[in-house]
Amino acid sequence: MLKQFVKPVMGFFALLALCSGVRAQTASPQQPEATKTHTATPAPRRDLSGIWGPEDTMDGISPRGVKSHAPFTAFGENIANNLYKPGDGPRRVPIGLANDPLDGCDPAGFPRDLLFELRPFQVVQTANKVLMVYQYQQVWRAIWTDGRELPKDPDPRWYGYSVGKWADDYTFVVETVATDERTWLDNAGDPHSGEMRVEERYHRVDRDTVELTVKIDDPKIYTEPWLARDKLRLKLMPANTEIMEMICAPSEAEEYKKSMANPLSK
Amino acid sequence: MVSLLAISVPLPAHHGAAGYDMEKQLVMKATVTDWLWANPHCFLKYDSTNEKGEVEHWAVEVSNPVDMTRRGWTKHSITVGDQVTVTVRPARNGAPVGQLLKVVLPNGQTLIGWNPTVR
Repeated sequence: MLKQFVKPVMGFFALLALCSGVRAQTASPQQPEATKTHTATPAPRRDLSGIWGPEDTMDGISPRGVKSHAPFTAFGENIANNLYKPGDGPRRVPIGLANDPLDGCDPAGFPRDLLFELRPFQVVQTANKVLMVYQYQQVWRAIWTDGRELPKDPDPRWYGYSVGKWADDYTFVVETVATDERTWLDNAGDPHSGEMRVEERYHRVDRDTVELTVKIDDPKIYTEPWLARDKLRLKLMPANTEIMEMICAPSEAEEYKKSMANPLSK
Repeated sequence: MVSLLAISVPLPAHHGAAGYDMEKQLVMKATVTDWLWANPHCFLKYDSTNEKGEVEHWAVEVSNPVDMTRRGWTKHSITVGDQVTVTVRPARNGAPVGQLLKVVLPNGQTLIGWNPTVR
């Protein structure tokens, strides 16, 4: 009886020792800076799981749009100045005169969901994809991590088509194409085309901190690539944080327009 | 225990405050006629009698339910028929709409809506 018990136990400890050895051999030489301090808990490797929220709530919400962007092309300038009428930002109009697609409860889309109303979101990692579940408009994105290439001629999607991979043990890089050009880039009415390519970099600084950088590459609208988010700090939130419901219902939007927006614009 | 982070930040909005008179605040005695707990903004409708004795029908907004929850508001904070005192930032064009800066409820509790110092 004792021999039968000892064998599996010894096997377990052998396995444990082996795993420890393997971890030691593959320890990344590039530990994030913050792990050198005595106050930060080291980041787990290749893991973004959890509920994250912007360290600065208003920075995440960004009601006035991105802080700055690359110069518009002539095509982009025409859209920004003549076609889009936003409710906030440097080209804002009275709310009853705005034509923001959000007013009618169109999807915010990607990357506006990162550049406006970025509130708590949950990251779930599966074997072949990363899911991001957002509070604003209660939507989710799938980021394929199975090594596939981005599609060559994709149909447009409100939230684009994304693939991702780990650049190192602490930086997850996502590439997205196929965004629907009907969405706005941000709340200030900055436009984007369907040819835009977006790169997100999630750099896990330590267990509780991620820095998010978002690069926009859209030569049809902007003269050069630029950073829409530059190391936006995200903090890990408690596991029991409720991702609250924040849904745009057309009926509620219509009531608001009738009772508030239209009288304001007379 | 569910964690709802308490925040103390200005109320954000999908739209700016371009239509409101940022230099003016009105205090009114009001009878609540509707309280809509909804996106994009919760808003309060009420009747208030002006200096001429005329009843004006007002609609004033705060932020969305998520933001208001974090400020201690609920769907049941205000009830139709409540006699309240409102402080409002009115519209520039004179329409009876505005931003609700604060409301004093029948039980004396004060709820803060928009931060009057934030533009």
